[in-house]
Amino acid sequence: MNTPSPAAVAGPVPERRWRLWPTHRPGWMVTTATLCLALIVLVAVLAPWIAPHDPLAMSPAERLKPAGDDYWLGSDAYGRDLLSRILYGARISLIVGIGSALISVVIGLPLGLLAGFFRALDTLIMRIMDGLMAIPSVLLAIAIVSLTSASLWTVMAAITVPEIPRVVRLVRSVVLSAREEPYVEAAVSLGSSLPVIMWRHLMPNTLAPLIVMSTYICASAILTEAILSFLGAGLGTETPTWGNIMSEGRTYFQIKPGLIFWPGLMLSLCILSINLLGDAARDHLDPRLQKRGGGQ
Amino acid sequence: MIPLKELQKGAQGAAYGLMASAAISAMPLLATPVQAETIRAVMHSGLRVLDPVATTAHITRDHGYMIFDTLLGMDEAFQPQPQMADWSVSDDGMVYTFTLRDGLKWHDGSDVTPGDVVASIQRWAARDGGGQMLMDHVDSIEATDAQTVTLTLSSDFAYVLELMAKPSSIPLFVMPTRVAETSPDEMLSVEDQVGSGPFRFVAGDYDPGNRVVYEKFEDYVPRDEPASWLAGGKVVNVDRVEWINMSDAQTALNALNTGEIDFLEAPSVDLLPILQANADIVVENLNELGSQTMGRLNFLYPPFDNPDIRRAALMALNQTDVLASLVGNPEYYSTCPSLYGCSTPLDTEAGAPASLTDKGDAQAAQTLLEEAGYDGTPVVMLQPTDSPTVSPQPVIAAQLLRRAGFMVDLQPMDWQTLVTRRASQQPPDQGGWNIFFTNWALPEVWNPLVNPMLNGRGRDGGWFGWPEDETLEDLREAFAKAETDEARQEIAERLQAHAFEQVTYIPLGEYATPSAWRSDLTGVLHAPMPVFWNLSREG
Amino acid sequence: MLGYCLKRTLAAVPVMVIVALFVFLLLRLSPGDPAAIIAGDMATPAQLARIREALGLNEPMHIQFFRWVGELLQGDFGTSLMSGLPVTTLMAQRLEPTVSLAVFSMLLSVLVAVPMGVLAAWKHGSLIDRVIMALSVVGFSVPVFVIGYLLIKLLAIDLGWLPVQGFRRLSEDGLWAFLEHALLPAMMLSTIYIALIARMTRASMLDVLGEDYIRTAHAKGASERRVLFRHALRNAGVPILEVIGTGFALMITGVVVTESVFNIPGLGRLTVDAILSRDYPVIQGLILVTSGVYVVINLLIDLSYALLDPRIRYR
Repeated sequence: MNTPSPAAVAGPVPERRWRLWPTHRPGWMVTTATLCLALIVLVAVLAPWIAPHDPLAMSPAERLKPAGDDYWLGSDAYGRDLLSRILYGARISLIVGIGSALISVVIGLPLGLLAGFFRALDTLIMRIMDGLMAIPSVLLAIAIVSLTSASLWTVMAAITVPEIPRVVRLVRSVVLSAREEPYVEAAVSLGSSLPVIMWRHLMPNTLAPLIVMSTYICASAILTEAILSFLGAGLGTETPTWGNIMSEGRTYFQIKPGLIFWPGLMLSLCILSINLLGDAARDHLDPRLQKRGGGQ
Repeated sequence: MIPLKELQKGAQGAAYGLMASAAISAMPLLATPVQAETIRAVMHSGLRVLDPVATTAHITRDHGYMIFDTLLGMDEAFQPQPQMADWSVSDDGMVYTFTLRDGLKWHDGSDVTPGDVVASIQRWAARDGGGQMLMDHVDSIEATDAQTVTLTLSSDFAYVLELMAKPSSIPLFVMPTRVAETSPDEMLSVEDQVGSGPFRFVAGDYDPGNRVVYEKFEDYVPRDEPASWLAGGKVVNVDRVEWINMSDAQTALNALNTGEIDFLEAPSVDLLPILQANADIVVENLNELGSQTMGRLNFLYPPFDNPDIRRAALMALNQTDVLASLVGNPEYYSTCPSLYGCSTPLDTEAGAPASLTDKGDAQAAQTLLEEAGYDGTPVVMLQPTDSPTVSPQPVIAAQLLRRAGFMVDLQPMDWQTLVTRRASQQPPDQGGWNIFFTNWALPEVWNPLVNPMLNGRGRDGGWFGWPEDETLEDLREAFAKAETDEARQEIAERLQAHAFEQVTYIPLGEYATPSAWRSDLTGVLHAPMPVFWNLSREG
Repeated sequence: MLGYCLKRTLAAVPVMVIVALFVFLLLRLSPGDPAAIIAGDMATPAQLARIREALGLNEPMHIQFFRWVGELLQGDFGTSLMSGLPVTTLMAQRLEPTVSLAVFSMLLSVLVAVPMGVLAAWKHGSLIDRVIMALSVVGFSVPVFVIGYLLIKLLAIDLGWLPVQGFRRLSEDGLWAFLEHALLPAMMLSTIYIALIARMTRASMLDVLGEDYIRTAHAKGASERRVLFRHALRNAGVPILEVIGTGFALMITGVVVTESVFNIPGLGRLTVDAILSRDYPVIQGLILVTSGVYVVINLLIDLSYALLDPRIRYR
């Protein structure tokens, strides 16, 4: 390592501040996406109060009712209210999306920091991550769920595991460039303790790209959860998730297309909004970040 | 180092070469092969288990009827008729002589021998409840000469022919000795699929759970009588039958609508109006008696090893909700308190709680559960997700049981997995189960001898769920020995009352099972299961 | 050059080892007895003991792992629980539909997306550009099965132009039957690819269009079209290749869903069937093979970069 110049040592550690709020007016797309997502979040939080029916209550006599006064979007094959199920479905989707994003950051961030900072660990960690990345994420998730019984936690774990390498790679690349910065070298040579270097000097650099990345992971997780449910490998079929509703609706697609289209629309809007916000955040926070969306 | 340009050229050249060779290899494929007459059918499930003796699964039985022949066959008047063999009975009714007809050949070209028949009866009787009962009364079954098999009874038994001709689950399929000598506890394999039936199994095209292909067996000699149910001549008018599995009901329906398939065994009743609107499609009930849907509890493990908790489950469930979820349109279903089916000879209400055909009695169930000291052990309920005729029952039943205070663990799987899993005698948390649902054609349940659920022989010999129940066995024995219809009816009623008290199983109502096919198919035979002889394609 | 190829190829080996290790550990570390998972629900204690013996579960982990990898290298992926057939046989049966569908979708995507991307780049900032980019975000966000059902409803049910389901083999039923049945699934499968490739094409075209030699070409009086297609597009090829590589995982997801929606008897259907029946040996085999293919595809793409762009070799 080069000997840091006295000036660099003496100078204040530059702190990089990220503006989290846009200074200029966002475009109409971003505004719409924000509103849309806010609405979905609101619906998810308020589901128990605004849902007109119990999403689990079956009344076989009322099955496959068309949209009407009592059932705004109609009822499904067991006489459950479609609207209520979709509203509750938003909860599962958001929990899985946000949960997976958080968990993958919580696990991926330290791994990435370690890999970026210690040459010795770098090879080991990155080889493991390469291996994980080589496994198609949905297959990996399916395998994990099929080995355990499906619960919210196992589904989230199954979705998170394939996402972790993306976080690790990102954090590592940021750390690799940041550690060459004079202020980090200075901190190292001044004998700052490792946690301090990591936490105070390296971690803040990763914040902006991580925010962008976690929006993509969130979108991707919501989609993967829906795919798992749709394929019958997700949460139990009774649980109102968008994927489950669509999966059950397949049989009745021709006589009641709403069973697929309404949850499909919600799912699409939700993912689209998150992706658009992610794009906006990327443009705003870090225009150089490579575009790698979080859809399918 | 080679100049970049050269390399690029090389790469381009290689790419063009690849494309050209791909184009050439695709050329001969453009020619259409000569079309044999092929019937494409979508059955109620994919075929994965190939042993019609080891399982009562309908798809495996249907497969059995394609490639195996039966010794006797039941006609549409429910009378046993000769199929592979004719018979005579001694005056005292103790000796049955079966004479094989001429020209019976296995698909490998060898002749069918009486020894094959004996081995087949033995394997069948080891698994089938009716067969077990028969064997209790049999002194010997022997091949007496090159054409005949002689069955000698040790005690009076009036149901020999009915049992040997029983159309379903488990029919007496005749298999070559080599195959029939497979232990009844082991499954027949792909190599064992050699029968003497009207179709041949095409092993090379078998794709488990997805596609199974049969070809006409050219050396099959049908009987002369016209086909009637499973009796009479099995005349094959097509070259090839393909069963394609479509796990999505909607997909299958559309495939029939557009003529991509010819026959759809079990379209969802909800979707029938779409098919009925198409003039090129016939929708008809092939099995006029209808079917019974039912739930079975596992007697081996808690909580259903406790009769009071079984009774709670009986009180909690009801036919009205199950049928409405399963069938939807009331024109196609009716509640029925009889274990033997309604509008059948033994139809009775004996012992059935009134709540069963009404709305259930969650209150009574709850009280029973509390008295029985139910500790919240979750009930492992097997939930098939791939077939409209078995998917809804668990979903609605789970709801009804929960309402009564049960904890229910619904485990989704495909139907073929359920068929495998229900055979497991392991504890529920180690790959076993507590409750599952299935359906029967009425002739499979219409008397205590053929009804698989009323077998009381427990772990060894009983049907999945394995109740060990001597009273049940004694009553079945008495039924088999009864001389008059009145006596039979009386015993059947006592037996049913006992079965409801023990909750041997829970009947969940009756429904019709219309099938649909392209109208250019003619001669589709009415039978308790779809069969592919007798039919032909017009034009 | 050769040295580079060798180095890259060798680098793929540890990745595959990690994949194998992961699949191995997944089964060993999951709750429950691996033998019971492998044997399925119906196993008798004797069968379990046999399987435990065969898997060498009584031996130390690392011995088990090497033994298992040894079997894999000999092409032994185990036996399916449900059908009793070797996993390799099952996969071989299902290979053709999946590969032909994937290749077809890929061709379709490139044919649609590249012109879209070029157009967007050429008319940079115009309405067309914005519409194309908006479509690409939508294509990226709408789940593949939602698109599938919309397409089925519109093209197959309402208009009746294409078959609703099913599959015809290129090798048995001919090209026409194949195309007729594969078009709808391919459209479903390629949506996301079109979105990705169009974006990527646009981005790299914009990069290239700013470079000196393009300006030179313009200055030399080359026609607009010639500049676009001869100079710009050619150099935008590398990023497009990259999308194909990174998109492989997307393709797998798409295939699993598409085959299940259209009832195509390929590897995707095999996957879904295997999940529903918890046929673990099959799931395991599918993961190993698809990961292997992923690694090989990315290796080939890396190597072809080197071929197309000599600078990479010296990195």
